[in-house]
Amino acid sequence: MNMETDQLVHNNTAAESDVIENHVNSEYKYGFVTDIEMESAPKGLDENTIRFISAKKNEPEWMLEWRLKAFAQWQKMKPPHWANLTYPDIDFQDIIYYAAPKQKIKPNSLDEVDPELIKTFEKLGISLDEQKRLTGVAVDAVIDSVSIGTSFKEQLAELGIIFCSISEAIQEHPELVRQYLASVVPVTDNFYAALNSAVFSDGSFCYIPKGVRCPMELSTYFRINAENTGQFERTLIVAEEGSYVSYLEGCTAPMRDENQLHAAIVEIVAMDHAEVKYSTVQNWYPGDKEGKGGIYNFVTKRGICKGVHSKISWTQVETGSSITWKYPSVILQGDHSTGEFYSVAVTNNFQQADTGTKMLHIGKNTKSRIVSKGISAGQSQNSYRGLVRVGKNAANARNFSQCDSLLLGDKCGAHTFPYIEVKNNTGVVEHEATTSKIGEDQIFYCNQRGIDTEKAVALIINGFAKEVMNQLPMEFAVEAQKLLAISLEGSVG
Amino acid sequence: MDTITYFKDRFEKLQEQQLDSRLKSLRDGAFSAFEQTGIPTVKHEEWKYTRISDFFSKDYHFTTDLQEQQFRATELQPFLLPGHENANIIVFVNGHYHAEHSVLRSEELEIISLEAAAHNQYAGIVETHLGHSADYHKDGINALNTAFIQEGVFIHIQKGKTVNHPVYIYNVTDARSGNIFAQPRALVHVGENAQVEILETFATIGADESFTNQVFEIAVEENAVLSLYKIQNDAANSTIVSTTHVHQVGKSVANVVTISLSGGLVRNNLNMVMSAPYCEANLSGLYLQSGHTHVDNHTVVDNRQPNCLSNELYKGIMNGHATGVFNGKIFVRQIAQKTNAYQTNKNILLSGNATVNTKPQLEIFADDVKCSHGCTVGRLDEEALFYLKARGISEATARSLLLHGFALDVLEKIGSEDVRQYVNKLVTASLNLG
Repeated sequence: MNMETDQLVHNNTAAESDVIENHVNSEYKYGFVTDIEMESAPKGLDENTIRFISAKKNEPEWMLEWRLKAFAQWQKMKPPHWANLTYPDIDFQDIIYYAAPKQKIKPNSLDEVDPELIKTFEKLGISLDEQKRLTGVAVDAVIDSVSIGTSFKEQLAELGIIFCSISEAIQEHPELVRQYLASVVPVTDNFYAALNSAVFSDGSFCYIPKGVRCPMELSTYFRINAENTGQFERTLIVAEEGSYVSYLEGCTAPMRDENQLHAAIVEIVAMDHAEVKYSTVQNWYPGDKEGKGGIYNFVTKRGICKGVHSKISWTQVETGSSITWKYPSVILQGDHSTGEFYSVAVTNNFQQADTGTKMLHIGKNTKSRIVSKGISAGQSQNSYRGLVRVGKNAANARNFSQCDSLLLGDKCGAHTFPYIEVKNNTGVVEHEATTSKIGEDQIFYCNQRGIDTEKAVALIINGFAKEVMNQLPMEFAVEAQKLLAISLEGSVG
Repeated sequence: MDTITYFKDRFEKLQEQQLDSRLKSLRDGAFSAFEQTGIPTVKHEEWKYTRISDFFSKDYHFTTDLQEQQFRATELQPFLLPGHENANIIVFVNGHYHAEHSVLRSEELEIISLEAAAHNQYAGIVETHLGHSADYHKDGINALNTAFIQEGVFIHIQKGKTVNHPVYIYNVTDARSGNIFAQPRALVHVGENAQVEILETFATIGADESFTNQVFEIAVEENAVLSLYKIQNDAANSTIVSTTHVHQVGKSVANVVTISLSGGLVRNNLNMVMSAPYCEANLSGLYLQSGHTHVDNHTVVDNRQPNCLSNELYKGIMNGHATGVFNGKIFVRQIAQKTNAYQTNKNILLSGNATVNTKPQLEIFADDVKCSHGCTVGRLDEEALFYLKARGISEATARSLLLHGFALDVLEKIGSEDVRQYVNKLVTASLNLG
């Protein structure tokens, strides 16, 4: 009898590791390259590159000045090395800082956009076609350095919502851009923020006027296409008093052997009673199974709850990039403001992720909630790094943080670096973290109920990430769930 | 002469004096490490919340013979711990071991100088374990102690023996004439199947500044049991950097309790290195501070082999302008499967000017493990207070009752009845219980 049970147990364990093995062996499916005529700046970065970008965008003089100042600042700074990441030094002169699909005329509507580009986005499952208005998502699509089109613009304009590319905003709404640009992430904030400020080429701008509830999800889709380029996009969202917006961001890149750099900035400003919900599904090319290639993703995302009772919520599903360095943060300045951070970070093969959040409690009665789920497989390293700071005057601050890690395989790592700094005695801060693998008892429980090991593993992984997935808008949740399946589960449905 | 130049000068003299010392090359290596890394500043990740670099602008000196002669055994009287009549006593004055004030009551125990141990039958043990902690402290302060090892002690507990009398270690700093920089050093070797209980305390005499930079390394062999209680209740003019490095060489049990009640600045580095399967480590700490004190507990649990268990519980109560820091690291190496590692840190802030910075950190490279950490910062439970007040207990008494209850979890980890009652009294006094 013992022999048999042993055999059974052995088979089960073998099946389990096979399943996990399969998860680990799936391929990146967005790795195609669109063959399209490109126009780009020469490799390297100096003042001329910045003048070139600025001239290409037809920018006003103040913008150029601003960029040059940022560039001067950047030259004085050094890349940060404190994160739990190892990668060779990046040669910043070996990158193309501006690349754009060549278009003869500026398109007035999506009909005039190069059909090849439209096809690219369709291949990615992103519809720029307004026929698909039933999906009810307004999309701004950015390929390499420029925005190629924004849908649903007119409908949004009727409500007074401005949703356009940031270069368009610099032309048409300079007063708003000047007021808010770099107000949340100052140029001097960090090395990559300074770099982005100097060379950013496009991104989205979104302004929700007072009292308006944005009727549809706004979405930006980023795609790196050209070789040797870096993508430096900049997103700015301003939500006036009493407004609401839900914003989605997605990204992919072709498969290439060399590493490509992506250094973006997202800034959010929420006034009194405003709410901004920002969701990201990040699926940049993660590199191949030997860890060759992939995107270096150095992103600064920060929101400020400026007004009372305002709320900013970050939700992210991070499955791509060979290196992720990203800490979406909330400055809780207004009294009674709320910050949320929900994250699923999946690393596989040789990916490395160092991601987390900062919640800075400044106003009174502020609340924050952090839920971070890390899944590591292959030989990847996955770190959560977070800061919860309760300032001296932040009376009655409340924070709850939870970070759980799931390890699939014995060659990967899961790390937690939470920093908690409390200077007010009326605050309550809680943090908890666990690390474990999928339990044999959990698998056994499923097997016993007729669920095979393969399905059981998928079920458990989905359950593990569910708390975060539930926060995603519905259109996105489906995509994210699929992505999770692709990144880890291989043949598992 | 600034303090760093002073160190350099003294170091060169020491090396000239002791040309045939076995420890010479160890000191050399440590001093060059010190020169390279220097005194850690707040830019050093492990020293982010604790600033000691400022102290080095003060004029510190190592002890002079004159100051040591001044010290009389009677002066130890106010600091004596309960049960001292029955204990083995080891006294360090200004970082130097004083045999004349020390008492040896157990024959299972051998106490000799490190220099002597490096030349006799213990040379192998000294070579393996002395300076082992340097791997975990890539900063100058640990190296600084090693650079000046001369009169440290080697304590050996014979294998198979239980030391019936506990070992009491007094780290006395005599700062009556000038600022003193003291660097006590000890290496303890707990032999196979041996058992020992060590109690350690710190005391400053005099009103000048005292800086104690202690390194205490303990090697625990197969089936041995170590209990270490650290009581820090020093004066406000004292600064303590205390590194305790427990290396579990064989399957063994180590219990360490750290109680920090007062002092100017206290920094504890506690490392538990589990180099054998089936080791067990229990770490607990209570820091109860008021005034302008700063207490920083850094712990490392390094799981290097499978099937180890560690439990960690640190609790803090911060009042006045006090700052409490906790940094707990758990490493699980790739081969250390089936590790169970638990960590809890709870803090109560009593005053609007107190601060708590906590960083529980997990670094895990093995998958079949159960690791968790939890930490909280908050205030006393209003409902519990109300419950007590509703039963006719005054607010002040109710508060101290609750705080005492909060601290009790840690006090209960102290195995020795005498010590537990003594610490309980100190805690009660500082919580102003009636």
